[in-house]
Amino acid sequence: MKTMTLDQMTLGERGIIQGYEGEEDLHYRLKELGLVRGTAVLVKRFAPLGDPMEIVLRGYSLSLRKQDAAKILVSRENQGL
Amino acid sequence: MKNITEKKNKEIALVGNPNTGKTTIFNALTGLRHSTANYPGVTVEKKTGWMKLPGGEDVSVLDLPGAYSLLPRSLDEDIVHDVLLGVRCDTPPPDLVLVVLDANNLERNLYLATQVLETGIPVILVLNMWDMVRKSSASVDLEKLQKLTGVPCVPTVGMEREGIQKLEAAIASVFMETSPAPANLRFDPFLPEILKIELDKIVVVIENCLKDRPEAVFGESLRLLSDRLFRSSFFEDVEIGNLLRTEILSVRSSLKQRGIDWTSVEPECRYTAIEHLCGQIIRRVPQKALTFSEHLDRILTHRIWGVVAFIAIMGIIFQSIFSWAQGPMNLLSRFIEKLGGLAQGWLPTGPLQSLVVDGIIAGVGNVIVFLPQIFLLFFFIALFEDTGYMARAVFVLDKLMKKVGLNGKAFLPLLSSFACTVPGVLATRTIEDRNDRLATILVAPLMSCSARLPIYTLLIAAFIPNIHVFHVLHLQGLTLLGLYLMSIGAGLGVAALFRKTFLKGNRMPFVFELPPYRIPHLKTVLGTMWDRAKEFITRAGSIIFLLSIVLWFLVSYPKDPVAATKFSAARQVAAKTCSGEVLQERLGLIEHDEKNQQLRSSYAGSLGHAIEPAIRPLGFNWEIGIGIIASFAARELLISTLAIVHHVQPEGEGMTAGLIDALQKQRSTETGKLVYTPLVALSLMVFYVLACQCFSTFAIVKRETGSWGWMFFMIFYMTGLAWGSSFLVYQGGRFLGFQ
Repeated sequence: MKTMTLDQMTLGERGIIQGYEGEEDLHYRLKELGLVRGTAVLVKRFAPLGDPMEIVLRGYSLSLRKQDAAKILVSRENQGL
Repeated sequence: MKNITEKKNKEIALVGNPNTGKTTIFNALTGLRHSTANYPGVTVEKKTGWMKLPGGEDVSVLDLPGAYSLLPRSLDEDIVHDVLLGVRCDTPPPDLVLVVLDANNLERNLYLATQVLETGIPVILVLNMWDMVRKSSASVDLEKLQKLTGVPCVPTVGMEREGIQKLEAAIASVFMETSPAPANLRFDPFLPEILKIELDKIVVVIENCLKDRPEAVFGESLRLLSDRLFRSSFFEDVEIGNLLRTEILSVRSSLKQRGIDWTSVEPECRYTAIEHLCGQIIRRVPQKALTFSEHLDRILTHRIWGVVAFIAIMGIIFQSIFSWAQGPMNLLSRFIEKLGGLAQGWLPTGPLQSLVVDGIIAGVGNVIVFLPQIFLLFFFIALFEDTGYMARAVFVLDKLMKKVGLNGKAFLPLLSSFACTVPGVLATRTIEDRNDRLATILVAPLMSCSARLPIYTLLIAAFIPNIHVFHVLHLQGLTLLGLYLMSIGAGLGVAALFRKTFLKGNRMPFVFELPPYRIPHLKTVLGTMWDRAKEFITRAGSIIFLLSIVLWFLVSYPKDPVAATKFSAARQVAAKTCSGEVLQERLGLIEHDEKNQQLRSSYAGSLGHAIEPAIRPLGFNWEIGIGIIASFAARELLISTLAIVHHVQPEGEGMTAGLIDALQKQRSTETGKLVYTPLVALSLMVFYVLACQCFSTFAIVKRETGSWGWMFFMIFYMTGLAWGSSFLVYQGGRFLGFQ
């Protein structure tokens, strides 16, 4: 199982959140939005200029910036859909 | 004073995540019986209304701002937190909270709901947008949700008023019960043993204070553990507060020692419990086919087509503001002229007539003329918000805006500012983060608003040669384009500077949602447009009304009795010596001379003289000084002021041509040189691009930032920027040998 950060995932890829890189107060809001350990995420799309990105989690879609996604550790699931 | 024997009305508050349709529920419950104000001391809108329960009882309804969590990160969320936890004296906690949930996104929406349940205030869960659940392949077991949470759950479709009667009945029955059933959502079964032991240390301290609602103790201790700022009414008691703080800090460090990140404890616990809950009530069938929204998004957020669509849509908005609005604007300005003429006829000649005609009608008229533009702008904004496109524009633009330290949501306010700064500043309310919002407000007045356009047009027509560069590019058009680019460049540059210095950092990460597209609801769009236009008219209108009077006074006083006698003698002479058309013409000239004389000797004239030393290095004389002062009421007044000081007869359409001619020929009485050279005109245009000369802007910035300090800072930095840039243009131009 390979660990990477959320912003490195490619379109349509699925992963499981493993935690956060560093400790920042800003992460707390992301956790409150459901991006906690063990959450399954799917990369839905990237904005035309490559940033931000939209992900699907817990049955809803959320757009966030790559700079924030870069702090979220994920493990890629074996098969992408 | 209130009658104390009068029974206090029950109060309901609506709480929910952003984009849950909370306001549609509010409107459905209260009908048109609502009013908006601000919470004292902050710029968050307070929307209150009234509803009648089936039993006939009147209940007040408060629409709290959207929030994701009771651990606040924005002004909006501060309010929700403070009201529900009873911290605000002006708004006591409600008797009942309606938590509005997007029924299609229950997991995340329940996060806030669980926190609200723990406040101990009775709750009803409102599952809004239920029609989408029906249409989708998922199903939600309401009975089970009700059983597991212990509170009433009502499905609604706010837009269609569906389920509102049931909701009203549920509210009435909650108020009828003497002791509402306690919420019984439990977290403990999912907790690792170690966390239970640690959290118990906090539980022990607060248990005694929460005797009446033991079910809230556990959730409250989770919240206390996570709040870095120690916000809770427990801290009001010094003894308990100190003990609690010590315990919380020791739990945090003890967790840290064991390698547990204490900032993850609350969200992880809550989501584990919520997942367990949702697992029992939601049944999802995976769907294969793309929805209509997803098809549309394939185009509108496409790498190429997304950008093309964005530019086309913004093009339409711009086109409509600047050309479609022209017809109605001309009509309005003719109407205001007529009104002035009528008032002149009705009122006897004298100070009162002058105040009404030259002060109030002309001053307020200058703003009313912009209404068609403002209405169109608000219409398009409301339309694109309602269809769901606005969020896509944020998605497309965010990367560019990020480069100057702003976010995608700053785009709309800045675009609006090209029509008028006031609605632009109002539109910044959608930006949650304080620093992002402040930076956007501070640079919004740099966007070249439409009041500056007449000045550019006049000066360009008068001083920029009508020639082509490289055979195709029109020099006059290029200059105009250059001024607009300069305004954008200055705005973005200043924003980047502020965000890198004293407005550094954010309180929350920039996240947003792309709601599904939908057919716009004309009633909603027009309603939103009207609400915002009304706000513009009342806010800007009242201040402009007052300032028009002040400015009128500055321009009309002090009166010179000697000059008055002189001009009335001249009129008598004219009446004796000529008649008919010749007489009319003669009287017109005399009146114009009188106005000119009056302006020169007025307070405004003295002010113009007084600021002359400061503006001389920019190439401006005192006549321009008067114009700059008059511009504070409305920038285009520069034109009419110049017309008066340079003896140009106002003759409707012909005035511009006459004024251009007068400006081109004006020579200094001392040196005999031309006063207005192309270089002076350029310096003046640069000054108007960058200077903050608008009282309505001052007023709205003061109100939206809630501080005089930011307002004065804005005036100061913009004036400095304008002065410095004009100085560079004028002195630099002279250095290079231009006149």
